[in-house]
Amino acid sequence: MGVAYYTKDEKDRVQDVTLQSGLKIKPVYTPDDLKEIGFDYEKDLGDPGQYPYTRGIHPQGYRSRAWTTRQYTGFGTPVETNERFKLMISHGQTGLNVAFDLPTQMGYDSDNPRVAGEVGRVGMAVDTLRDFEIAFKDIPLDRIGVGLTINAVASIMLAMFQAVAEKYGYSKEQISATPQNDILKEIIGRGTWIFPVRPSIRLIGDTIEYSMNELPRCNPVSICGYHIRESGATPAQEIGFAIQIANAYIDNVLDRGYQIDDFVRRFSFNFNVFGNLWEQVAKFRAGRKLWAKNIKEKYGAKNPKSMFLRGLFGGGGYGLTKKEPENNIVRGAFYALAAALSGAQTIALCSYDEAYTIPTPHSALLSLRTLQIIMEEVGLRDTVDPLAGSYFIETLTKQMEEKIVEEMERIEKMGGMAEAVEQGFVQKLVAQQAYQFEKDLQTGKLKKVGVNLYADESKKEEDVELHEYDPSVIDQQIERLKEVKRERNDQEVSRALKELKKAAEEGKNVMPYLVTAVKTYATVQEMTDVFREVFGEFNEPRII
Amino acid sequence: MGTENRKIRVIVAKPGLDGHDRGAKVVAQALKEAGMEVIYTGLHQTIDQIVQTALQEDVDVIGLSILSGAHLPICEELIKKMQEKGMKDVKVAVGGVIPNRDVEKLKALGVDAVFPGGTPFDRIVKGIREIVEKG
Repeated sequence: MGVAYYTKDEKDRVQDVTLQSGLKIKPVYTPDDLKEIGFDYEKDLGDPGQYPYTRGIHPQGYRSRAWTTRQYTGFGTPVETNERFKLMISHGQTGLNVAFDLPTQMGYDSDNPRVAGEVGRVGMAVDTLRDFEIAFKDIPLDRIGVGLTINAVASIMLAMFQAVAEKYGYSKEQISATPQNDILKEIIGRGTWIFPVRPSIRLIGDTIEYSMNELPRCNPVSICGYHIRESGATPAQEIGFAIQIANAYIDNVLDRGYQIDDFVRRFSFNFNVFGNLWEQVAKFRAGRKLWAKNIKEKYGAKNPKSMFLRGLFGGGGYGLTKKEPENNIVRGAFYALAAALSGAQTIALCSYDEAYTIPTPHSALLSLRTLQIIMEEVGLRDTVDPLAGSYFIETLTKQMEEKIVEEMERIEKMGGMAEAVEQGFVQKLVAQQAYQFEKDLQTGKLKKVGVNLYADESKKEEDVELHEYDPSVIDQQIERLKEVKRERNDQEVSRALKELKKAAEEGKNVMPYLVTAVKTYATVQEMTDVFREVFGEFNEPRII
Repeated sequence: MGTENRKIRVIVAKPGLDGHDRGAKVVAQALKEAGMEVIYTGLHQTIDQIVQTALQEDVDVIGLSILSGAHLPICEELIKKMQEKGMKDVKVAVGGVIPNRDVEKLKALGVDAVFPGGTPFDRIVKGIREIVEKG
């Protein structure tokens, strides 16, 4: 939550500043600092759009293209979600980022007794293609890129997205979906895993391979340092671990006989922005450079586009507080500033009421307006990488680079990220850090306004309007599922599921079989159960 | 039973499908450091699994961490299952994303203590001790 550790003397003079990644900030930076780190413009930065892309991947930055605004949206049934999508688009949002409910994320249908109470709660419920037909009705899928925040069953949702687009007359070459599809971070930090590590990585490999050949505008994987950071990682770990996760997926695809330049340019990233502003900016600049180096030097890429770190920077959930929630609006503006100063391709913000529940239309719109205000009124599109050349920022960027490399090496020593996660190493590390962080916040070592600093004890916590969960959505959703099951051709469904199972067992790419199954209106759970049967389920390593 | 006889035993459980376990793990560590015996269940537990583990481990308190918003239906089911099993002495504590307006509703269901996100560790530790000592 807090940003950095400050030591002050009795006169409130700051004596020492230690960032979350462990780096110290000096009171003054001069050209001597650049000399000390051996700063070399060509080698360390390059112009924007030039290797190693520290300053950004486009020569003109936001002059040539503003960042995409893509608030995380979805709740209830596809009917309500479709309405909210249209509301956000009518207010100028330029992409969608779909929130799915937990049953969908975990591969259960809405009528499964195990998921009662969760249907449509934290996102939209999806059981069959019919739900996507409703959710994406009248959305221009050739213009609006769509993030699908789903992981364990991302392959199924990508197949469903292709099917719905084709149904509405778009070709699969036109559509741009970004399924999150990052299971390793899910195991480290977000928890919606189903299958064991290795078959999960294989499914991700399948989606990457399939997209490469069939869905040229889709970004089949969005590697999320974001959630690792939310779980207690430092900014340096957030980047270092994400690169190692990406490498685990890359290795799977290379093993299939492809070249790095065939596919890696469609990788994207999702990173967090809360915390010390300078540390975030340095983290992103160093991260872009290290990703480019990783792809060029470790994997021998030739195509510059393969080396671009493209990402959604935003969120900031852990930085927001339950106390005095309106303060989160102000925090959000600074997080958006951090993302924009760092050259994000896409920005989304957590809404101010998210410590209570999912956003209301009002709070979601406020987040969108925040992004629009900083885009239009503050000057952030004026020039590329505006902080470049600062003695301080360049020194910090270089130091951050070294920190990130250290973190990457820790994982390498363990035999890579798949190993490290199977053994629970990363989970344990971030859980311990989260505990320390929480203690520091409670003892006041880390400061948080309205929480442990200037806290107004007389204030009632909950003077905010909250999103109301409507339990009647469950019945509507189950009714629709029944209707689809009555109408579909069951023989076609079971044939498709049988073929899917065979493909899964034989190690074939499952994507074409999923597309076929989705089009028969097979349910999410029916398809997931096939995988459960073939792959088994992940066994969480004990870390506490 | 009094805390002087033995350490308080707590199961920290993640019921349902919600995968956000930072809070559960952090609180588990805090309770441990406060001298309690803590069993952390891991993710995606059904209520039956949680009740089963609680019985096997002979715990004093079942602590649930819920961030999905489904705390009311989940707690209702838990309390029902506990009554079926005759677990009268076992206390229930709930933490996570819990709007204030739901705190009283949870207590009416039979939850003994509610610790919404951001509750300091010392208050959680004290709260757990109190509900156990109250018997």
